[in-house]
Amino acid sequence: MKHKCDQCDQPATYHSVKIVKGQKIEEHLCEAHAAQAGLVPKEAQAPINELLTKFVQLHSGMAGAQQELACDNCGMTFNEFREHSLLGCPECYRAFEAQLAPLLERAHEGATHHIGKVPRRAGADEHRQQRLLRMRKQLADAVAAEDYEQAARLRDEIRACEGSPT
Amino acid sequence: MNVQALTQRAGEWLRGSGPHSEIVLSSRIRLARNLAGFPFVNRASRRQRLEVLERCRGEIMSGRLAGDIIWVDLNEADDLDRQLLVERHLISRQHAQGGGDQPRAVAIAADETFAIMANEEDHLRMQVLRSGLQLEEAWDQISHIDDVLEERLDFAYSSRWGYLSACPTNVGTGVRVSVMMHLPALKLTGEIEKVRRAARDTHLAVRGFFGEGSDALGDLFQISNQTTLGKSEEEILHGFLENIVPQIIAYEQQARQALIKHRAALLDDRIWRAWAILTHARVIGTDEVMSLLSHLRLGVNLGRLDCVDIRTLNELFLLSQSAHLQRITACEMDQAARREARARMIRHKLGAK
Ligand SMILES: [Zn+2]
Ligand SMILES: [Zn+2]
Repeated sequence: MKHKCDQCDQPATYHSVKIVKGQKIEEHLCEAHAAQAGLVPKEAQAPINELLTKFVQLHSGMAGAQQELACDNCGMTFNEFREHSLLGCPECYRAFEAQLAPLLERAHEGATHHIGKVPRRAGADEHRQQRLLRMRKQLADAVAAEDYEQAARLRDEIRACEGSPT
Repeated sequence: MNVQALTQRAGEWLRGSGPHSEIVLSSRIRLARNLAGFPFVNRASRRQRLEVLERCRGEIMSGRLAGDIIWVDLNEADDLDRQLLVERHLISRQHAQGGGDQPRAVAIAADETFAIMANEEDHLRMQVLRSGLQLEEAWDQISHIDDVLEERLDFAYSSRWGYLSACPTNVGTGVRVSVMMHLPALKLTGEIEKVRRAARDTHLAVRGFFGEGSDALGDLFQISNQTTLGKSEEEILHGFLENIVPQIIAYEQQARQALIKHRAALLDDRIWRAWAILTHARVIGTDEVMSLLSHLRLGVNLGRLDCVDIRTLNELFLLSQSAHLQRITACEMDQAARREARARMIRHKLGAK
């Protein structure tokens, strides 16, 4: 329900609940005390498109360098991402990591890392995910080039890689 | 079992039961997941989309999730069925339209407690819907579905960013919690701004009945989280259960009590006029129906109207929508004919001539 600030009698506008070693730790602060603790970037969350536009304006001096930036795996360029707000593949997160980090931080209340559920299997091995992605791209290329021998080989490799324990 | 069979019932989230159901219509949790090793949907070739679809179908329909699941190939479904699924909140508008003939589908539990969209913006968008305020129950169910699918599907995940999604606004937990609230008194007293302010303070979004960009038809508001990175699923749920939802419920209840205390005549006038119009109108549009049903619902919840029950009203919210109306009357109609049929159907359901 409604909380008062932990440090004064003002109504709390900053709320956080953390689970640390199974212990629930709650924190409720008024605007002033939260700001004092450096906790609240108080501006309302802007949609990602808006953030992107701002970001681009901010870095307009680097436009030349930005344009070249592309994901090795799917070919998505940073400009394309900026236009549609959609990334092309999981590898894009690595390719654009430096550019995405400040954007995500602003879009997600200052967060820089994932906290929460971890998949039991996939979480164990990111390298395997990368390898699969690369092989699937090669497979698509082989099929397009009608190199069926190569395609068959890749299919076997993909199957083997998927079946391997993590 | 097919899509049309769904219209026979109101669906789980309109049952009108569950905790705080006088104000909270439904609790919904959605998870975004992508298969590792594939490009995201927007970058995938037709072949790859088909492969993703087949894999997902294999796992979803394997019987390990639930016995009775309907698989709808949206590419082959007709327009009316697709619209019907949108009206029931089982697929998004975007998924209904789906960029031409792109391979895409939805799997729906026969009791409609969950639905899984395949090849929407992400490979998988799974949601659980519950009536009333049941977020913890909804989370347990969706997390279980996630676990079962994850046993045999590799989800794209990185230790820094969490579950990887096509749009980085969903990265991290990939969780979107939405609580649908009926707030007619705040609307009548002109205090709905309070809700927007409270939501803004806690980084939540307030949307209308049909989500993004839709009006708050029938005084129905969806409150949902926007932040998916850097907070655990538990923290996100707690934000709803311990802060925002109780706060808005309290605002709405205060507004209801204030209306009864200071403006009872006005309140009853609104309620009974709504009853008069709905039981006598000969031609009526959806928006007007939603707004009048909202007043009837308020009247029933405050014990000021007893000639109809909540379940019927909830059902009418749905049956008045265009695709539902055409399915239950079993004929396709133009807008003018629909307005007439809608008025007739409502009079009939409310026991009028
Ligand atoms: Zn304080
Ligand atoms: Zn990429």
